[in-house]
Amino acid sequence: MTSPILALTGISKRFGPVQALNAVDLQVCASEVVALVGDNGAGKSTLVKVIAGVGPADSGEIRWLGQRVSIARPHDAAALGIATVYQDLSLCNNLDVVANLFLGHEVIRFGVLDEIGMERRTRELLATLKVALPSPRMPVSALSGGQRQSVAVARAMLGSPKLVMLDEPTAALDVKQTTQVLNLIERLRDQGLGVILISHNLTNVRAVADRVVVLRLGHNAGEFATSRTTEQDIVAAITGASAPAPSRGLASGLSKSTATFSIKERGR
Amino acid sequence: MSFAPHKREPGLQDPAVAATPATGRQASPSPLRGIVATRLHTGRLELLPVIISLMSTWVIFELLDPNHRFLTAANLSNMAVQIAGTGIMAIGITLVLLLGEIDLSIGSMSGLAAAILAILDVRHGVPDVLAIGLVVLAGLGVGALQGLIHTAIGAPSFVVTLAGLIGWQGLQLYLLSPQGAINIPDHGIIAALTHDYLPATVSWSLAALLIGCYLAAIVVETSRRRAAGLRYESRRRQTIRLVLLSGIVGVTVLTFNSWRGVPVAVALTIAFTAGFDLILRKTSFGRSIIAIGGNVEAARRAGIPVTRIRVTVFALGSAMAALGGIMAVSREFDANQSTGGSNVLLFAIAAAVIGGVSLFGGRGSTYGALLGIAVIGSITNGMYLLELDTSVQLMITAVVLLVAVIIDSASRNGRLLPAGTKPPSAGLM
Repeated sequence: MTSPILALTGISKRFGPVQALNAVDLQVCASEVVALVGDNGAGKSTLVKVIAGVGPADSGEIRWLGQRVSIARPHDAAALGIATVYQDLSLCNNLDVVANLFLGHEVIRFGVLDEIGMERRTRELLATLKVALPSPRMPVSALSGGQRQSVAVARAMLGSPKLVMLDEPTAALDVKQTTQVLNLIERLRDQGLGVILISHNLTNVRAVADRVVVLRLGHNAGEFATSRTTEQDIVAAITGASAPAPSRGLASGLSKSTATFSIKERGR
Repeated sequence: MSFAPHKREPGLQDPAVAATPATGRQASPSPLRGIVATRLHTGRLELLPVIISLMSTWVIFELLDPNHRFLTAANLSNMAVQIAGTGIMAIGITLVLLLGEIDLSIGSMSGLAAAILAILDVRHGVPDVLAIGLVVLAGLGVGALQGLIHTAIGAPSFVVTLAGLIGWQGLQLYLLSPQGAINIPDHGIIAALTHDYLPATVSWSLAALLIGCYLAAIVVETSRRRAAGLRYESRRRQTIRLVLLSGIVGVTVLTFNSWRGVPVAVALTIAFTAGFDLILRKTSFGRSIIAIGGNVEAARRAGIPVTRIRVTVFALGSAMAALGGIMAVSREFDANQSTGGSNVLLFAIAAAVIGGVSLFGGRGSTYGALLGIAVIGSITNGMYLLELDTSVQLMITAVVLLVAVIIDSASRNGRLLPAGTKPPSAGLM
């Protein structure tokens, strides 16, 4: 295994009385998809915010390409080469794909928008990612959910990042569109990027992730190489059960019964 | 709209396009039908509905009037001058509507501007051009103030500008108080704005310049797109567009020149329409306005200075309202207590909406607002020729407005017709 591009050690963060993250470690290498899974409240979102610079950690060490760095603002993360695609997409439905990709960073030529230059780069980018769209001049409102997610990922790629974080990219997508997005994630890996994938859907996680990192109640609760792990092992780590978890509802991730189980654990 | 690629050029297919799951439509044999079909499918009707309503209004009034006075050069020319002031205000309110906001104070603002203009010009003897400049500056200031209150406190623009509607009208009445009306001289630059006409040579030169620029833009764009390996419009479609524009410009200039010439007010209104359209489509400022209207959170995350853009747009909207007030003074030769009152605000907003500017923000064009005010002006004028009462005129305008709003709401979700692909899921809207 190569040296990690991003290495977090002992990351802790507290919100008032709640210890959201407690000495969490995470490493991501180039050309690797790391899935971050865990129950609601396990600290996944908090960890993503730490890496994205939206909510810096209280303590802990972040190393980027071996160098110790501090990520205090979103700008710092972007400058390092960390791009985040949030769950709610942040696209303007009334603008076309090209306009969305370059929103806020339009290419200007002789004082006016260089539409042709932006469209050319859009096409190159979409072709590299093998994202199929009817036309880059289509308004985003006319695209399917999967296509929109792809556009959001493509936009993250414009800054040539080394690490992309995807927050629930397949939530609210149907099977075909989910496949599109999972294929896109694999292409990001094939291009040498590190990918952090946050998902509730263990089937999707097992389909694309090389490693699965489980968080539970703000702690590291297990790390698995996907190829040598069963879904039961992951669910057991998520819920904190040492014995194999009940078989009910496993395929779709976490069922109500496992969620209740973890709450009982917390009270103990 | 000119960016939508409509033709697949052989040899220019790239993976992003070729790998597309078919949208279920083939290129239509007729280019015009192709445009209509595309727009129905993507929900981008743009100017189509307002052009249809304008044409039908004209045909109906020409047929209804036994003397056939509607489509005469004299009538059309007078009508165009009549609507110029409100038209300029409609262009201003279009910018505000594109943000997804509203400015209810533009009517009062135009009345206030009229009062300030008359006071500067008549009571203080300020030269016309300077007075006009100062009034436009006052408009910018008022708009910026309202925009700042709206953005700094987070008060809805509806309420902030409602206060403006009441307050600026009060100030207008106060300024005009002893006499109630101030007459301006019937000569000079202010009066000339709506009473002078361009000489035929000037209007034809401007028309030629306009068409020349358009042709040059097409040629440059095509060669650049070809060089960049992007799809470009076929020669046939470009020719159609050029012939269409030349025809419209030619017939317009010819019609105006057959009476007294192109009115200065009309030339100004068209210049503002075209200018702001270019700003909206070709600059990052315009792109930011449309982005904020579409999804303000996305715009903010993309690093767009949302507050600055909002304040600027409110300032521009009020400045355009001030210009509308100046035009009203010019046309009436006075500023009085009812300048900018009654229907001015409502007609300006209605014009924008009839012209396809969405009240939800993010969609619409200044050309739409211009055509919208032409529809309203035509209804008013036609009713007058038919000697029908204002009551009927208002009711008909209401119906046209309602139809426009229904079209807006229907197309807001992206499509008017069921398309081949699955509609986007609600959770992602």
